[in-house]
Amino acid sequence: MSIPPHTLPDAEALCVQLAAELTPHLKPGAAMIGLYTGGAWLAERLHPLLGLDTPLGLMDIAFYRDDYHKQGLHHDPKRTRIGFEVEGRDILLVDDVLYTGRTVRAAMNELFDYGRPASISLVVLADRGGRELPICARFCGARIEVPEGRRLRLKKDADGRLALEMADA
Amino acid sequence: MLNPQLNVRGELQHLLSIEGLPRAILTQILDTAESFVGVTEREVKKVPLLRGKSVFNLFFEPSTRTRTTFEIAAKRLSADVINLNIAASSQTKGESLLDTVSNLSAMQADVFVVRHAASGAPYLIAGHVKPHEHVVNAGDGRHAHPTQGLLDLYTIRHYKKDFSALTVAIVGDILHSRVARSLIHGLTTLGVPEVRVIGPQTLLPTGVESMGVKVFHDMKRGLAGADVIVMLRLQNERMRGALLPSAQEFNKHYGLSAEKLSLAAADAIVMHPGPMNRGVEIDSGVADGPHSVILPQVTFGIAVRMAVMSIIAGNG
Repeated sequence: MSIPPHTLPDAEALCVQLAAELTPHLKPGAAMIGLYTGGAWLAERLHPLLGLDTPLGLMDIAFYRDDYHKQGLHHDPKRTRIGFEVEGRDILLVDDVLYTGRTVRAAMNELFDYGRPASISLVVLADRGGRELPICARFCGARIEVPEGRRLRLKKDADGRLALEMADA
Repeated sequence: MLNPQLNVRGELQHLLSIEGLPRAILTQILDTAESFVGVTEREVKKVPLLRGKSVFNLFFEPSTRTRTTFEIAAKRLSADVINLNIAASSQTKGESLLDTVSNLSAMQADVFVVRHAASGAPYLIAGHVKPHEHVVNAGDGRHAHPTQGLLDLYTIRHYKKDFSALTVAIVGDILHSRVARSLIHGLTTLGVPEVRVIGPQTLLPTGVESMGVKVFHDMKRGLAGADVIVMLRLQNERMRGALLPSAQEFNKHYGLSAEKLSLAAADAIVMHPGPMNRGVEIDSGVADGPHSVILPQVTFGIAVRMAVMSIIAGNG
């Protein structure tokens, strides 16, 4: 079901819904990696809900972006921290909004520099369409239409509550 | 005045000197380096940023450590690296500096890493290269050695977390030291409240106080309470004329011994840009002791150079 832009779903409720969807599919020893910044926030919610016993991994794909030659290096890249062995592991890769697929491609490239995972499943809070690469999410909270010239992003308020927001692109 | 290091958008185009760089750019380099430290701790220590780019190491002056760390940094960014030992080639045949650079540019260079005995040589090259080519100063005469200054700043931030309450003492041959000059500019830009320089009158540049430092000739007074001690190499090859009675005499007054170190803060760190003259500016017991962070400096230097090259090469 596609949701029109003026009624954005509640991000906190989507987190709970996603966790419930994921639980029956968890493989033993599975691990989660959240992509900075929105995906990391989402992963910080999902990780305790799923009760994973591997530490949460956090990734910044700044060094793997395919637009470096046009855009230069992003300011203040965060340090990627993966505190488990990637080799042979089932990985849940978490991002907030799936759009062109380029971020996910960069994340997979980076991930393979840590080892060869058994599998990678993509988990996103929202899919806004507009794919430029053959990538799709296995677990998706909502499909949301985004008008031209706008972008969809996840925000975190001062109390730590997550909310989806439409802003100018 | 137009800063030759920045492009029209105010981004770093070349790294020639720490002097004149805004605090935000210094912080950007240090933050980026921190993420690269994470990369250097992985099994695969490479990222694809500079794939297809060529980095030319132009060393008109001998160097092992700096050249090697630039080479490692460029390779970890996936660049192709070409090392030129110019002293042994074109220059001895009479080719001018700019002709050398033009020829390398015709070989599709993207980044020139330049070390030269003449202060200002990297500026000359930066004014001559094409818009997509970038210059990193790897040490020019007595003038500047910005990546060494940046790795010193990185090391200080790594161990001390915050610059805003530090006392940093820089000891020895300040006069001939491009490292000291770069570091002083960096420390004052980042808001270190007290920077001290310690050395004999003959090895301090005249007017050094105007750089915002306190001058000490008595090392024991200068070290009192210092959080960071930066020892400089006694630069025999740059000494012309009798500035010092002897290395032994220098060691007695300005060498860092365990006894003198005990006057600094209990958790003081000891740094040295290398190569060390053991028993001259630093005693072996201190160089290898628990306060020494001299080897981590070398490791951080790779991440800092990765940060600098990836930032400039991405800016046009």
